[in-house]
Amino acid sequence: MMLSTLILTPLVGAVIVGMLPRTSTTGAKVVAIGFSLATLAASLVMLSDYEPGAAGFQFAEQHTWIKPFGAYYAVGVDGIGVTLILLTTVLTPIVLLAAWYDNLPDGRGVGGYLAWMLALEGLAVGVFAATDAFLFYVFFEATLIPIYFLLGSYGSGSRTYAAIKFLIYNLVGGLLMLASVVGLYVVTSQAGEASYLLSDLADLDLGTNVERLLFLGFMAAFAIKAPLWPLHTWLPDAAASATPSTAVLMVSVIDKVGTFGMLRWGLGLFPDAAEWATPAVIALAVISIVYGALLAIGQDDVRRLIAFTSVSHFGFIVLGLFALTSTSTGGATLYMFNHGLSTAALFLVTGMLIARHGSASIASFGGVQKVAPVLSGLLLVAGLSSLSLPGLAPFVSEFMVLVGTFSRYPVAAIIAVSGIVLAALYILVMYQRTMTGPLREDNAHITDLRTIEVAALAPAIVLIVGLGFFPQPLLKVINPAVDATLAHVGAADPAPQSPPGLSAGETHAAPGEGGHE
Amino acid sequence: MTPIAAPHVEYALIAPLLIVTAGAVLATLAEALLPRRGRFGVQAGLAFLTVLVALADTVSVYQSLAPIPGTSGGPGGRGQISTEGALAVDGPGVLTWGMLLVFALLSLALFAERRLEGGLSAFTGRAADAPGSPGEAEARAAGLEHTEVFPLALFAVLGMMVFATANDLLTMFVALEVMSLPLYVLCGLARRRRMLSQEAAMKYFLLGAFSSAFFAYGIALSYGFAGGVRHVDIARAVALRTDGGNLLLGAIALMAVGLLFKVGAVPFHSWTPDVYQGAPTPVTAFMAAGTKAAAMMALMRVMFVSFGGAAIDWRPMVFAVAVVTMVLGSLVAIAQTDIKRMLGYSSVAHAGFLLLGVGATFAAAGQITSISSIVFYLFVYGVATIGAFAIVTMVRGSAETGGEATHLSHWAGLGKVSPALAGAFALFLLSFAGLPLTSGFIGKWGIFAAAMSGGFWPLVVLGVVVSAIAAYFYVRVIVVMFFTEPVGDGPDVAVPGALTTVVIATAAIVTLALGIVPGPALDLAQHAGLFVQ
Repeated sequence: MMLSTLILTPLVGAVIVGMLPRTSTTGAKVVAIGFSLATLAASLVMLSDYEPGAAGFQFAEQHTWIKPFGAYYAVGVDGIGVTLILLTTVLTPIVLLAAWYDNLPDGRGVGGYLAWMLALEGLAVGVFAATDAFLFYVFFEATLIPIYFLLGSYGSGSRTYAAIKFLIYNLVGGLLMLASVVGLYVVTSQAGEASYLLSDLADLDLGTNVERLLFLGFMAAFAIKAPLWPLHTWLPDAAASATPSTAVLMVSVIDKVGTFGMLRWGLGLFPDAAEWATPAVIALAVISIVYGALLAIGQDDVRRLIAFTSVSHFGFIVLGLFALTSTSTGGATLYMFNHGLSTAALFLVTGMLIARHGSASIASFGGVQKVAPVLSGLLLVAGLSSLSLPGLAPFVSEFMVLVGTFSRYPVAAIIAVSGIVLAALYILVMYQRTMTGPLREDNAHITDLRTIEVAALAPAIVLIVGLGFFPQPLLKVINPAVDATLAHVGAADPAPQSPPGLSAGETHAAPGEGGHE
Repeated sequence: MTPIAAPHVEYALIAPLLIVTAGAVLATLAEALLPRRGRFGVQAGLAFLTVLVALADTVSVYQSLAPIPGTSGGPGGRGQISTEGALAVDGPGVLTWGMLLVFALLSLALFAERRLEGGLSAFTGRAADAPGSPGEAEARAAGLEHTEVFPLALFAVLGMMVFATANDLLTMFVALEVMSLPLYVLCGLARRRRMLSQEAAMKYFLLGAFSSAFFAYGIALSYGFAGGVRHVDIARAVALRTDGGNLLLGAIALMAVGLLFKVGAVPFHSWTPDVYQGAPTPVTAFMAAGTKAAAMMALMRVMFVSFGGAAIDWRPMVFAVAVVTMVLGSLVAIAQTDIKRMLGYSSVAHAGFLLLGVGATFAAAGQITSISSIVFYLFVYGVATIGAFAIVTMVRGSAETGGEATHLSHWAGLGKVSPALAGAFALFLLSFAGLPLTSGFIGKWGIFAAAMSGGFWPLVVLGVVVSAIAAYFYVRVIVVMFFTEPVGDGPDVAVPGALTTVVIATAAIVTLALGIVPGPALDLAQHAGLFVQ
């Protein structure tokens, strides 16, 4: 019941918050945050009960749902699922708190705004917990609706355009996946009884062509969601029109469904097809890394800049996943968590900055550090984490991805390293132009962060620093699940090219970070 | 000399048809005998009662159908041929009766709604008056109403029910006319924008008559080919044919024209947007749901039972029509600015999806079959359509015109004026678009599963791409309702009577419930099995 509770608590909260009278804005905020904290508490209980070493899915539940389709309400988590559910439950209270002072368009009630975010949290947990392909698909598509309304109703600028673009892009991907989901039904029902359970699907013996076609359907949806070049163009528009909190939920949580889906459903169900597609996926990932970083440098809108950095970072994650070494895939999974934190911090701080000034253009800022030192400091930490400064969380994961990838695809890894260099450029130039230098006159009115805003950001910053120095707790949860996935795919780590005489354990252990037992 | 044997009629089996017939005849008598005052209430009550009793009897008839085991392990069927071979009272047929009666019940509630027009129904007071004439104003002032709409609707329901279960082509033709003629009249009876309404009726009548002629010609060719008009005779002749059978191909093509016209498939769809727009909205709702269901079931029966042996000949045609219908319906819908026309083109696009299922003709044990997936799709589409049109009747223009505001721009800000109504409309649109957790998604899944089981996966991929295009125009309406600032005070939402409220609530609940727990309904559709021969 643990996972169902985690799915239902925010959904119930969404209904309650949505039904509160429009006048009680503070009440809506408090109730919404209360529900998100309850969910967080439940997820921490789950984490403490989770046994990292145990095989298979934990907290599993299974009920028949639509018998003729072979669809089940089946949920369960492995180490990867736990990590991403934790990311969701940690970030939701943060974004709800950060939304305290959000300026919504005229006549929009804050109750609906917070209710959609809570609904999104519940659906996101469902996506990460589903162990039935049909259920996964339903949750996957259902997350579109809250984001669509969050963008269209509560965003700014050309929000309608962004909302439609977001929906159509993701719907096209989702529908291609639907074709594959239907295909899975046909395959299982012809083999005997129709079933969408992950356990049944993983054992299916698919023909080569069938497997490739089905894989492509799933991959199309994930590549749009995660966003991989050249399917990324919806993200900058959506991020630029979203409120900071919406942007965080969209980029930090929901886009992770793409990379998570590649790992669990793409690699998990279609290992041979995934291997067949690996060169193409690696190439797209590397292009995303460099292209995203280059375009980020050229952006004037801070939010678009962050969106392009995410395209670059998602490139790293996909690269690590498909390099299929325990270090790179484990690192990529950790990166999903860390990128969620650092992007959240970045979106929220810049969002607070933009709300104070009324413009998102980098050129319209200058010397803000002098009037808002706390804001400026937090922006620096968030920015440095985004450029993977050692000591902050993303560094560990990015390093693991690169090291692991290098052992199998050295050329791709070398090109990808340029992404790190470019990251320093786009983050530091942005920081320099907005925060340092003489204070612009029209920036003098920018006030420093309020207590609630600091309180919202503090947990994210603490986690970024903490996991930067001590990532082991998370890796301990992630690594067994990643190893199990790799074993299923049948990928062994490349043999170490070290002088004979050293024991395998010593060569394998990447110092400090990705150590596997 | 042998005595003339009395025909053997299974009265109990076809009782739902007899009940509707009796109700319609009684209503006609009531129209002639009762005084004008109070006639509306009697007619409405009689119509409701007829449909309710028929629905209850349909349930008991369905339960009494004898199962027929399938051949060689395939899915079986249930029911039997009755009335000397004129009707096939089988699982899918009786299920369609139930479906049509549910549609009739919901639509009649809209027919009987009088609160939206200030105490009068949505139908013109005196159809004989020229639009805009003094007589019209006089009729309005006198509070005249055409209560004939109720018997007309009942006759149309009867025609639809027989159409879906006709076991020979002559019965089918008669049923087609019984179904169509009342609809032609009903289309022309709108209280407002009467020129448009009359034009719609005229167009529908002329094109409908034209397509009936094609259908009749097809029947003649079938008779020439098979020497009989019953499905089983034709099926035997198809199975035994030795040559390519140009006569057969001609018969298939001409009958398909007649049936595809009623389904609203491209290139026989051109009446759909005009008629949907011009007809009184309750009639549009009834027609969109009922005609499509009846015609689709009749099309399947003809194609599967009569011409099942020639599937290899007609499948390319059906698929070609399906593809063109999906694509054209979805693309042209994007350009529409009138909500009723948009729903009309949406119905064209849905006809395309349904035809995808028809072409699949897949039937294996335990799997989703064409028939069960189409029955489910027709039901969920029909219910959502009636709900959507019910909402259309409530969104009104400014005070001086007072009629329905069907232009999309008038719907701006509806989400602010009436969140519940806009939310329900959004739900129906999302169901049309096939998003999960709505019944439309399950329906689409079933069609795609049937098509893919038949091995037609490229068509499924095309289908999902078209679904994305179609989603665009549904989503656009949501944008208008929720994200666009209202013009002035926004659209007026008339206070609905209890009837319309119940219709919208029922449709919304069904749409949501069949999206979340579709299992029982799917089981029922599966359980109905195949057509009997």
